[in-house]
Amino acid sequence: MSQPTVKEVLLNPIFHNNPIGLQILGICSALAVTSNLQTAMVMSIALTLVTGFSNLFISMIRSQIPSSIRMIVQMVIIASLVIVVDQLLKAYAFSLSKQLSVFVGLIITNCIVMGRAEAFAMQNPPFLSFMDGIGNGLGYSAMLIALGIVRELFGAGKLFGIEILPLTKDGGWYLPNGLLLLPPSAFFLIGLFIWALRSWKTEQVEEPSFRMAPQVSEQEAY
Amino acid sequence: MEHYISLFVRAVFIENMALAFFLGMCTFIAISKKVETAIGLGIAVIVVQTVTVPANNLIYTYLLRDGALAWAGLPDVDLSFLGLLSYIGVIAAIVQILEMLLDKYVPALYNALGVFLPLITVNCAIMGGTLFMVERDYNLAESTVYGIGSGASWALAIALLAGIREKLKYSDVPDGLQGLGITFITIGLMSLGFMSFSGVQL
Repeated sequence: MSQPTVKEVLLNPIFHNNPIGLQILGICSALAVTSNLQTAMVMSIALTLVTGFSNLFISMIRSQIPSSIRMIVQMVIIASLVIVVDQLLKAYAFSLSKQLSVFVGLIITNCIVMGRAEAFAMQNPPFLSFMDGIGNGLGYSAMLIALGIVRELFGAGKLFGIEILPLTKDGGWYLPNGLLLLPPSAFFLIGLFIWALRSWKTEQVEEPSFRMAPQVSEQEAY
Repeated sequence: MEHYISLFVRAVFIENMALAFFLGMCTFIAISKKVETAIGLGIAVIVVQTVTVPANNLIYTYLLRDGALAWAGLPDVDLSFLGLLSYIGVIAAIVQILEMLLDKYVPALYNALGVFLPLITVNCAIMGGTLFMVERDYNLAESTVYGIGSGASWALAIALLAGIREKLKYSDVPDGLQGLGITFITIGLMSLGFMSFSGVQL
C-alpha cells in the first residue's frame, strides 16, 4: 500500500468515506445534539480536535505501546483529552455545556476516535495521523452541521437562534414543523442524506441480500 | 417501592437508551441483523449495566464528589474532574473481570456471548448510563434499578430492530437506501412509536 498523501487523508473522509454515512461510526451524538445548529457546531469542533490530537499523541508513542495493552493506553489518552475539552466548556460556555449534558463525555466512547486511533494512528507518522484525525472530524462535522441546519431552520425557523423564517405565531408566514425538533426526525434525515450521498456516489451502494426475481410470464399477475 | 418501579418503567420505556437518547447506536446498527445475536448482546448489556452503574455510583459518592473524601480527612478535595477517566477505567475493568468469571464458572453463557463482551466497553449506552446517573444524582438503590432498567431498554430495542430487519431483507428497497439508509428510517419509525410513551405520567 502506497503512503497516503496529506490531501487524501484530509479530504477523503468528507464525501468518499464519510464516517457516519458509510462506516456507521459515531452516530449516537450525531442524533442527539443536532436539534439546533449551535450545539451541533460545538460538538463538531470538540470532536474534530479530540480526534486530531488523540491521533497525534498516539502516533507519537506508537512504537512504545505494547500491543497487549494498547486499548487501555488509547483510552487514557482519549479520556484525558475529553476531560480537557469538558473543563474548557464548563469554564467558558457553561450554559452550552449544560445543553450538551452527557454527550461531551461520550466522545470517549465515540467509535470514530477509537477507530481512527486503532486503524490509522498506530501505523502512520504523527503529522499524517493528525491530518487524518482532523479529516475524519470534518467528515463527521459536515454531517452534523447539515443536520443542524435542516433541523433548526425548518423546525424553529432560526439559525444560531437568529430568526430567518418569520413564524406565524409572531405574525410571519412560516409554520414551523415541530417534528424536526423531535429525536425521530434525525433518523429520517440521516437516512435521506445517506440516500442522497449514495445516489451521487453509486459505488457506496450495498448489495441487497435478496434480489426480486424479474417477471417472466407475459400474463398479468392476478 | 413504588418509586423504584416507576423509575424502572421510565428507564425502560420513556427514556429508552437506544430510541430516545440514541446511545449505543454503532453496535445497535452493526449487530442487529439476526435476532439471536441481538438477544445475546442485549443480555450482555443488561448484565454489564447492572454491575457498572452502581459501582460507578459508589466511586462517585465516596471518592470523586465535592467533599467525598471527608472520610479520609480531606474535606476540601473535589476530584469530580477525574470522573470520565475513572468511569471508563471501571467499565473496562468490570467487563474484563466479568469475562474471566464467566469463562471460569459459566462457560455456556461465556460462549454464547462470545465476542460481544469486550465490545461492550466502547458501547456508549454503558458510559451514558453512568453519566446520567451522576447528572441526576441517584443514590445506590436508585442507580441499581436504573442500571437494570436502562440495560433492559437497550436490549428490548435491539431485539425489536433485529426482528424487523430479518423481515426487511426480503423487501424491495431502492438502491441508495439499501442497508444502512433503510435501517435508519426503520429506527426513526420505532423511535416515533416509543415517543408515544412520553405522555405516560409516573
